[in-house]
Amino acid sequence: MSRLREMHTPRVWAVVGGVALLLALLPFFGLPAHLVPLFGKFLCFGIAALAMDLVWGYAGILSLGHGLFFALGGYSMGMYLMRSIAGEGVYRSALPDFMVFLDWKELPWYWHGFQHFPFAAAMCLLAPGALALVFGWFAFRSRIRGVYFSIVTQALTYAATLLFFQNATGFGGNNGLTDFKRILGAPLHDPGTRATLYVASAIALFATYVLCRYVVTSRLGRVLTAVRDAELKTRFCGYESTHYKLFVWTLSAMLCGLAGALYVPQVGIINPSEMQPANSIEMAIWVAVGGRGSLIGAIIGACIVAGGKSWLTNTIPSAWLYALGALFVVVTLFLPKGLVGLVPKLRLALAALFRRRVRPAA
Amino acid sequence: MSAPAVEGPNEEDRATPIISVPVPEAARRPLVLWIEDLSVSFDGFKALDGVSLELEQGELRCLIGPNGAGKTTLMDVITGKTRPTTGSVFLDRRDVDLTKLSECRIAELGVGRKFQRPTVFQGHTVYENCELALRGRKGVWSALFTRRSAGERDRIDEVLEIIGLTSQSKREAGLLSHGQKQWLEIGMLLAQDPKVLLVDEPVAGMTHAEMERTSELLRGLAGKHTIVVVEHDMEFVRSIARRVTVLHEGRVLADGPMAQIQADPRVVEVYLGE
Repeated sequence: MSRLREMHTPRVWAVVGGVALLLALLPFFGLPAHLVPLFGKFLCFGIAALAMDLVWGYAGILSLGHGLFFALGGYSMGMYLMRSIAGEGVYRSALPDFMVFLDWKELPWYWHGFQHFPFAAAMCLLAPGALALVFGWFAFRSRIRGVYFSIVTQALTYAATLLFFQNATGFGGNNGLTDFKRILGAPLHDPGTRATLYVASAIALFATYVLCRYVVTSRLGRVLTAVRDAELKTRFCGYESTHYKLFVWTLSAMLCGLAGALYVPQVGIINPSEMQPANSIEMAIWVAVGGRGSLIGAIIGACIVAGGKSWLTNTIPSAWLYALGALFVVVTLFLPKGLVGLVPKLRLALAALFRRRVRPAA
Repeated sequence: MSAPAVEGPNEEDRATPIISVPVPEAARRPLVLWIEDLSVSFDGFKALDGVSLELEQGELRCLIGPNGAGKTTLMDVITGKTRPTTGSVFLDRRDVDLTKLSECRIAELGVGRKFQRPTVFQGHTVYENCELALRGRKGVWSALFTRRSAGERDRIDEVLEIIGLTSQSKREAGLLSHGQKQWLEIGMLLAQDPKVLLVDEPVAGMTHAEMERTSELLRGLAGKHTIVVVEHDMEFVRSIARRVTVLHEGRVLADGPMAQIQADPRVVEVYLGE
């Protein structure tokens, strides 16, 4: 109980819980059915933004490759969705359609087991987690830091994109995995299933938030910010900073995988474009806009930027990249702490305004 | 590593034997740190050249010498930041060679270090800074699941009391004055409860009053801890030192009580000079 109080005061918990509940119940209170998957997508982005903020905002590790972990979670889910409808594809084959099309006779070994939902769900976390663990172990042990680390992560996700584009890799090449029909027996196009997926995403977002909040308010969280500010000093204080970075890096990758896994059934497709470098950079922008080092800020940033993107690409498609560029410039120049950095400023301005109003009357 | 700023003595001078003061056997306390024949070279430049030193339990030793004499390099080697070309450093028992261990392992064994520039965790409060430095389990899992124990809270309060920052405990460390940051860093060393404290230029940039307070603080800590202070300010060294070691061009030039060091013509020539 007192640990909960360390995470938030009771009043803040009430606000956070209330907002989460409202968000989760949105489909039952007038959110148009065609917008439910779109909003569900934003919730998934919120989870990814939390994952990004954990490594960048708190531990100072700027990853430009988180799109890869997101996509790996998505692919794991996609493989389940493909396998669970074996025999119902266009070719009525036990193999996924694209394999029949490529004239493959047998399922590749790494596709086995994905017909079982629990296995696939575990892989959604374990596949990105394992990759992050191995990659992070080599990178952090070699003391690769700062911009060099960012570039290496960018290269990693780019290499993965190229790999997944190839048909021979066995993940459907540039078309990726699509034509899903059911999840756990429920038809994906059914509004009820969509609402359920949306609510599941909202719950996952809330759970991820609580987990991240637990981490950043623990002593581990304080060590992480210390590593961000003065890594060598933490080593002289006896902390093996490599282990701390590896922990938060792997956790973040797994959370990103969770986001991808919830995202795929709602958008109905996963292909290598999800791991393109630009996607990972966009994740960094979510966090920068919302506010690095603020969990709520990261979620808000993801929703605003992704929402703006959806709206602009519908109304003026050519303007989106300019808007994104402008947003980045504005945030860098005027909002170094992101949108949440405005809150104390606004509060001060309001207080000043209020005082001016009061004084003449007094 | 910058090149020596002071003109070095010529070859004949280098060959002169090291002056060492014999200390009566009865006055000797158990040794806590041995440095044996330590050499470090960077691209041919010898930053340390066969340095040997012994530190007694609870002693307060000052390390002086001109720029480039190898003082900071010596601290880097002891704390594991730099690996020596040859030589060993032993702590407490003779079986562990520190030069083979990582920085955090050395810190765990009981060597604490204060940097030349004050380095505190700027974004954390004074209290959290002490907490992070606290001796104890430093692993990821314990950091995630365990919370401050009553004993730990008492220890932090005690340390804050010693360094005189109790009233500032909730302040962000980045907002402290220069002198306060230096004291906080000494406090963090105390929280770490090391056997040996290495303190690099503790009074650089301090006002006179702050300097006096620091001198008091360090003298109060000697005895319980073994302290090595690197300092340029001779007035400060005079105020705290019992025994002084002079480094010059990577070698120990002289070693002994302050009065004798000040009278040593070679020390005067290379360092005290003007």
